[in-house]
Amino acid sequence: MSVVPAGILPGAVADEDDAARGAAELGPRARMWPSLAAVYRAQLSRARVARIPLLFVATFQSVGILVMMRGVVDSGGHDARFVVAGSSVLVVAYVGLNLLAQYFGQLRGSGGLDHYATLPVPPAAVVLGAAGAYASFTVPGTVVTAVFGGVLFGLPLSHLWVLAAVIPLAGAALSGLGAALGLLAPRPELATLLGQLGMSAALLLGVLPADRMPEAVRFTRDLLPSTYGVEAFARTFGPHPDWAFVAGDLAVCAGVGVASLAVATWAYRRAAVR
Amino acid sequence: MVCAVRGLTKTYPAVRGRRGVPGAPAVRATDDVRLDVRRGEIFGLLGPNGAGKSTLVRQLTGLMRPDAGSVEILGHDIVRHPERASRILAYLGQESTALDELTVSLAAETTGRLRGLEARRARAERDAVLEELGLTSIAGRALKKLSGGQRRLACFAAALVGERPLLVLDEPTTGMDPVARRAVWAAVDRRRAERGTTVLLVTHNVIEAETVLDRVAVLDQGRVIACDTPTGLKERVADEVRVELVWRETAPLHVPEVAALRERAVEAGRRWTLRLAPEEARAAVATVTGGAAFAALDDFTLATPSLEDVYLALGGAARGLVKA
Repeated sequence: MSVVPAGILPGAVADEDDAARGAAELGPRARMWPSLAAVYRAQLSRARVARIPLLFVATFQSVGILVMMRGVVDSGGHDARFVVAGSSVLVVAYVGLNLLAQYFGQLRGSGGLDHYATLPVPPAAVVLGAAGAYASFTVPGTVVTAVFGGVLFGLPLSHLWVLAAVIPLAGAALSGLGAALGLLAPRPELATLLGQLGMSAALLLGVLPADRMPEAVRFTRDLLPSTYGVEAFARTFGPHPDWAFVAGDLAVCAGVGVASLAVATWAYRRAAVR
Repeated sequence: MVCAVRGLTKTYPAVRGRRGVPGAPAVRATDDVRLDVRRGEIFGLLGPNGAGKSTLVRQLTGLMRPDAGSVEILGHDIVRHPERASRILAYLGQESTALDELTVSLAAETTGRLRGLEARRARAERDAVLEELGLTSIAGRALKKLSGGQRRLACFAAALVGERPLLVLDEPTTGMDPVARRAVWAAVDRRRAERGTTVLLVTHNVIEAETVLDRVAVLDQGRVIACDTPTGLKERVADEVRVELVWRETAPLHVPEVAALRERAVEAGRRWTLRLAPEEARAAVATVTGGAAFAALDDFTLATPSLEDVYLALGGAARGLVKA
């Protein structure tokens, strides 16, 4: 093993106090992008070990909802778009919100955050890497659900490419929220509970079209970030989608994503040093 | 001086009792701790569970803010700049949950990358460390599929990737077999000889403490009750010998000498442990190895003091110290 003297590595700093004390050079700081990539890769690899059954459950749940709703909703209609879009985004809510909240809740509860907290890695890299990996886990399930639903309800699949924007942006919003809940919850059980509640809300409020709901429920629906992912995706099943509205909905997802990931990063710092 | 700790104090606040849950009074987890760790030494923190070892280490690694006191590591003020700790030291905590679902290889590589190594360096160091610790054959297996000792060794490997001048190891050899333990201490010794690496070791294993430590601080209820070399500490109780008597069934209390010894013995089932002056010990051994008492005796040992005896003599409550 070779040793590079710490002095020639980037990021070695020393203020005047330290110089006076004869402080040793600090080791390098891990930079944002390489560490984000490393966390992302590590998290993604966990899927192979632990997450595949859960991803299957997430997809199976959404497909089941589609089959169930087929009995009450006519194919090709306005309602069918919401059923298909809602079930697809539900996969993102299940994995991004629910499972990530559980993961961070357990990591915090068991002291696993110490590992990251004693490495010179930017907090945002840990949060974004994990959130990004969980959002990536949802890709196969979301696509399968969308295609299956489109075929089942006779919807056009020509604009399915919009998932390339819906998954990352709804994924950012929901996994950001999941990470924040997991890191803020004082106990792991509470993180699990909040994640489950968030997913249930996305299920109940996302799958049915808004105009069937009472005023108060509709207001709650507007507060849920997954709604905007559902709306954006549902619009693209129409014959002439209004792309400005699609972009508007996705912008809300992006905004919520940035805000919730910022909160999650703050929560990580807070949880790491007690 | 690698690590200088002065007046370090941390109090966990009192917990108010609720229905069904009794309250707990405020606890001084570390109480005015003063330590000096020198370059290149293996410095131990010894004490039973709950003595405050882990709390102390969490404050040294920047994971916990002390209420009062100072921590200086290689000239850096860790209380003021806790984030610098991660760039000076490598920490092996007791929990492996962050790495559990990764393969041994990826756990080591990712940790190296997050310690600021470039991808190629991280891979090269990963390979070298896994080879050094004999983990190459299980490099592709997930940590949680491994036995406790192997998992611990994999976490130790991750702690070694990306050089740091100070290693803080919290009970690194828990659950390890002798081969793995030897690999750990060989790796530590190599780094010490080649680079002057300093090790701060948390342990409650007295045998390990006696064999590997250069100096040891004995902790009891958050206070450092002694700090010296293991030999130096043992000299403090050199005028005592430990006698252990194991009876076949019950002690022959009808023998007056044995009945007299009982008052000074710590009884654990059939086993009596006595700490006696050398001539008293000689007399006690003569009594039990001859005459009526001998028939009831299963085994006896006579030993010079161990760190455990030191701990007892210093007034610590020895429950929780492990001899293995």
